[in-house]
Amino acid sequence: METITNLSPIILALPFLMFLFLGLCGNKLFKSNPNIAGWIGTAGLSVVAIVSYYIAIQYFWVEGKGADAYQQFVLFNHEWLKMTDNLVISIGFMLDPISAMMLVVISTVSLMVHIYSLGYMHGEEGFQRYYAVLSLFTFAMMGLVVATNIFQMYIFWELVGVSSFLLISFYFIKPSAVAAAKKAFIVTRFADMFFLIGILILSYYTNTFDFLKLTAVSDGHATLVNNTMCGEMFMGLSVTSIAMFLIFLGGAGKSAMFPFHIWLPDAMEGPTPASALIHAATMVVAGVFLVARMFPVYFFEAHDVLTIIGYIGAFTSLFAAIIACTQTDIKRVLAFSTISQIAYMFVALAVSGYTSEHEACLGYTASMWHLFTHAMFKACLFLGAGCIIHAVHSNEMNAMGNLRKFMPIAHITFGISCLAIAGILPFSGFYSKDEILVAAFEHDKVLYACQAFVAGLTAFYMFRLYFRIFWYSENPAHAHHTPHEAPMNMNIPLIVLSVFTCYSFFNLVSNDSYQLFSSKITADRVGFELETNWTIAIASLLVAGVGIAIAWVLYKEKNDKPDMIAGKVKCLYISASHRFYIDEIYLFITRKIIFGGICVAIAWFDRHIIDGFMNLLAWISRELSYDIRDVQSGNLQQYAWGFLVGVLAIAMFAIYY
Amino acid sequence: MNILSAFVVVLLVMLVAVFLIPGEKKNAIRWTMAAGSMVILGLAGYLVWNFLAQREAGATDKFLFADSTVWYEGVINISYSVGVDGVSVAMIMLSAIVVITGVFASWAVEDKAKEYFLWFIMLSIGVFGFFISVDLFTMFLFYEVALIPMYLLIGVWGSGDKEYAAMKLTLMLMGGSAFLMVGIFGIYYFSAEDGGALTFNLEEIAANAAMPIEWQRVFFPLTFVGFGVLGAMFPFHTWSPDGHASAPTAVSMLHAGVLMKLGGYGCFRVAMTLMPEACKEQAWIFIVLTGISVVYGAFSACVQNDLKYINAYSSVSHCGLVLFALLMMNQTAMTGAILQMLSHGLMTALFFALIGMIYGQTHTRDIRYLGGLMQVMPFLCVCYVIAGMASLGLPGLSGFVAEMTIFVGSFAHEDLFHRVLVIGGCTSIVITAVYILRVVGKILFGPLYKIEKVGDQYNYVSEHHGEVHHYPLRDAIWYEKIATIGLIVSIAIIGLYPVWISDMISESLEAVAAMLN
Amino acid sequence: MIPVEAYLVVSTLLFFIGVYGFLVRKNLIGILMAVELILNAVNINFVVFNRFLYPDHLEGYIYSLFVIVVAAAETAIAISIIINVYRKLKDVRVDSINELKN
Repeated sequence: METITNLSPIILALPFLMFLFLGLCGNKLFKSNPNIAGWIGTAGLSVVAIVSYYIAIQYFWVEGKGADAYQQFVLFNHEWLKMTDNLVISIGFMLDPISAMMLVVISTVSLMVHIYSLGYMHGEEGFQRYYAVLSLFTFAMMGLVVATNIFQMYIFWELVGVSSFLLISFYFIKPSAVAAAKKAFIVTRFADMFFLIGILILSYYTNTFDFLKLTAVSDGHATLVNNTMCGEMFMGLSVTSIAMFLIFLGGAGKSAMFPFHIWLPDAMEGPTPASALIHAATMVVAGVFLVARMFPVYFFEAHDVLTIIGYIGAFTSLFAAIIACTQTDIKRVLAFSTISQIAYMFVALAVSGYTSEHEACLGYTASMWHLFTHAMFKACLFLGAGCIIHAVHSNEMNAMGNLRKFMPIAHITFGISCLAIAGILPFSGFYSKDEILVAAFEHDKVLYACQAFVAGLTAFYMFRLYFRIFWYSENPAHAHHTPHEAPMNMNIPLIVLSVFTCYSFFNLVSNDSYQLFSSKITADRVGFELETNWTIAIASLLVAGVGIAIAWVLYKEKNDKPDMIAGKVKCLYISASHRFYIDEIYLFITRKIIFGGICVAIAWFDRHIIDGFMNLLAWISRELSYDIRDVQSGNLQQYAWGFLVGVLAIAMFAIYY
Repeated sequence: MNILSAFVVVLLVMLVAVFLIPGEKKNAIRWTMAAGSMVILGLAGYLVWNFLAQREAGATDKFLFADSTVWYEGVINISYSVGVDGVSVAMIMLSAIVVITGVFASWAVEDKAKEYFLWFIMLSIGVFGFFISVDLFTMFLFYEVALIPMYLLIGVWGSGDKEYAAMKLTLMLMGGSAFLMVGIFGIYYFSAEDGGALTFNLEEIAANAAMPIEWQRVFFPLTFVGFGVLGAMFPFHTWSPDGHASAPTAVSMLHAGVLMKLGGYGCFRVAMTLMPEACKEQAWIFIVLTGISVVYGAFSACVQNDLKYINAYSSVSHCGLVLFALLMMNQTAMTGAILQMLSHGLMTALFFALIGMIYGQTHTRDIRYLGGLMQVMPFLCVCYVIAGMASLGLPGLSGFVAEMTIFVGSFAHEDLFHRVLVIGGCTSIVITAVYILRVVGKILFGPLYKIEKVGDQYNYVSEHHGEVHHYPLRDAIWYEKIATIGLIVSIAIIGLYPVWISDMISESLEAVAAMLN
Repeated sequence: MIPVEAYLVVSTLLFFIGVYGFLVRKNLIGILMAVELILNAVNINFVVFNRFLYPDHLEGYIYSLFVIVVAAAETAIAISIIINVYRKLKDVRVDSINELKN
């Protein structure tokens, strides 16, 4: 215990120090050889990764298990800002099953991205800056998941937002990158505002920020929230529900749930490895993590909100999956698939129970499980996409085809990840997604039907991508130069991540491996024995198979069937490929209504009415002055007249009054 | 000598010294300024350290380092009384930082440099004098001392429509002063029970609490609006955009950074502390007005094209938040307000410094005609991004600390209406992000616009009445770097480790907050 | 014995003649003369009131002497100014002397 307590500050301090070091002196010190900055960053992150693994392993297998449940340890908690005696923002380190799991996810993906970027970003201007921001991101993400109080989470929440901004705008000369970065920041910021308001409401009633106090459960209630907020109403709605819904909206912003999803596809303007780290594996699941962190409150005190979350999730996953089928930019396909998969995690949380008895909290476990597996295979997909883009110098599918011959490693790892995301036995995605479907089936058939359909769509569009890139026909677009395999430092991360994706092969032979998540990560931290529901497993395998088969028919070789189908459902196809015009609606609201309407009107009002009034006052006093200044003519005799009249008037007054 | 008077004395010595140096020895003047403001900064640091040490040692007086000398006694009792609590210490620290960075930011002033610096020192005397005073009359005196140089500094060394701006600023602030004077004499007249000795001393007035409520109702709004004009309270804020836009760099810095804080500080120290009952009654009116300021300023900033206008409107928004939080009248919110003054002072000074440095080279501040500066002057642009991040409340920089304390504190208000207003105020964090990123995206990022590259040299090409000008561009030079780095470090210190300063301010507010509740 | 009212009538007449002259004359010399009339009206009042009301006191006489002395000094200065003005501007009318205006 002492060891992990002593080690834990490293996880936050080291990335932060690296950020400062690389950010402040990176450009000067490593001017001649920027690679050193990359190596320093990678080395630092390796240390962080080792410490994270050590802490996670110690926690799960040695220290963490209490009498019946995993304990929540607060390893350190420093007062950062004291607002009142109770409302104190601390920077601390909370170790519990989900934060320990997140440590592993973040450090793994981040390390892989660091290594990968050594090759991918080689020779880019701003290489040092890139590594500095990666360190900042790692710091922020780590701080977010180990937060001991909701305000610490908010602090790091904002920090991940800004590192995302800095990475998307990495190629800041490109106007599209700048626009995307702005969009991402402002949209998430908009959602963060709701998060903040939610925190304010929550802390107003409960008078604490502390997660341990907020999520403490007894007698089927989140005690503190129940005692302080229960029965409070605002405009006919329960205040608890409002607060928790607002907090969820914050999560929805970061996790790109409808209607805040619009920033994520554009965020692909950033360097691909950064997209893999931030916009696929880690930052975008912050919203899921947030809901999971506050799960007892949602479950016991705001269950209606949880239901809403489920439906928003289901809708988003369907919506994003449909769009993904029509996109041609491979990174955008992946982006929409990310949205869709994260929505799965929300659905899983929504259909979960709280206790481990009778697998009630299966949804919670499945959500976290899917978070883990998704992080690995999606990062792998993105990094693979990076290799492909590196090789063909284009994001567009049209420029690709038949690449399996040139890039075998990328092909195999990409294929593995596609199988995983499609949910094919025994890849990791199968297990996690299957458990989500089981939980949904037991809880709400509508959600199940929707998610099962989305699973089929997922298989379809992922294999559309796969076939289109690696099979299809010989493509003239890259005829003039041969695509080549990426260098080793880019391939190693692909291999490592696909190994993580294949870890689940053990599930077939070892029950320990199969129970890895269910025994450790549950809502009440007790753990349960997972049993396979073969009916649903087979059903989902079938659905996935159908999806893959359709993709195989349509995209294995060049043919005109896809166009034909698109022509048949033209309306749907066009609106889907325009992402259902949500961006345009947003643009209309922001440009025309907020900018063109409100802001311009206010600015006009300020200049012409408010300032005009002040100028009017000045004008009136000036005109008046002009009028009365003739009185002061300098003509002595005129004054004397005035004097005389005045004296006489006073005399009259004195005599007759 | 009392350490507080030392601030004024050092500045007076600087005044004499600069006066004696012949005008053509500009470097001598500059270095005198730099040395003098270093001493001021040192004094301020020493003051903070000493203040904390004394509090640590258990000094319980409201005002520490108190000292008092009678100026005039008889018909009217005026004395020069000084003393500081946590709030004033924070403000003095802020002023010292802004003054020294302002000196470095005005290093490049060539035209009538001596006179410029003389007025600059006058302004500083007013500012420091105001913050150390605990006597209303002295306070008002220093207040006026700080306002008058503004007219000359803008009118002579400004740019654009400077005479108009200078006149407008001075008249509006003087109008505020007029209200204020009535208010202050009202307070004086009711400063003691019938037959007691009247006094200007803040502490004694507060202790006597002799003003009847019906008179408080008259004088509170006068005093509050009087200071509120300087605090850019809606609808008395319009001097700010014009004034800032025309003022020379360091004057904008000092004005937005410190002078506007006189308003908030005065509202708190004079209006609210001395007339608590009326404050409680009328607070809601001003809360609504300042709430409007917050959102209104932010929306207005979104569509401005002049960098300084953007920043001036953003100041309206941020300073609105200061008064908004003060009027919530609880310890946390008020602490947040003071923190916001501190943080806004630093970051807006940084903004104006950077805008001045960019404007000095491109000769335009219009964001429509700028683009891609990041490639040309990376240092300045990175600083600008940091300033922007501080302004939109990024954790780790001071803006976050202040805003969050304000929001949490204000939301603790027991009245639902106030809490709903706070939620309205929260929207400003989004709008702030919009206008900050608009500028960052437009002028710093993106491809070069109107900038040509000749060899290694970038030139800004501007066409004016058919004439083409080529202005050479460069990154920051040493004195500019000192100014910006100084401010950024201060912002980061508050942002990274806020607990000491928030505790220092908070404990000074305990008594006031208790009285107001 | 001439009654006091008679003196007062004379002095009042003198005073208002002076005031009238001061108000309407344009010539500086004329204005100066009008001022002298006013002063002398005052002198008469001083002397008369002293003589009729407080015959034992001398303040009235002394004040009238003061006034005469001051008036003499004033006239000397005024005349010299007027002469200078005339030399400079070739004019001694009040409404045309407005060099300091604007």
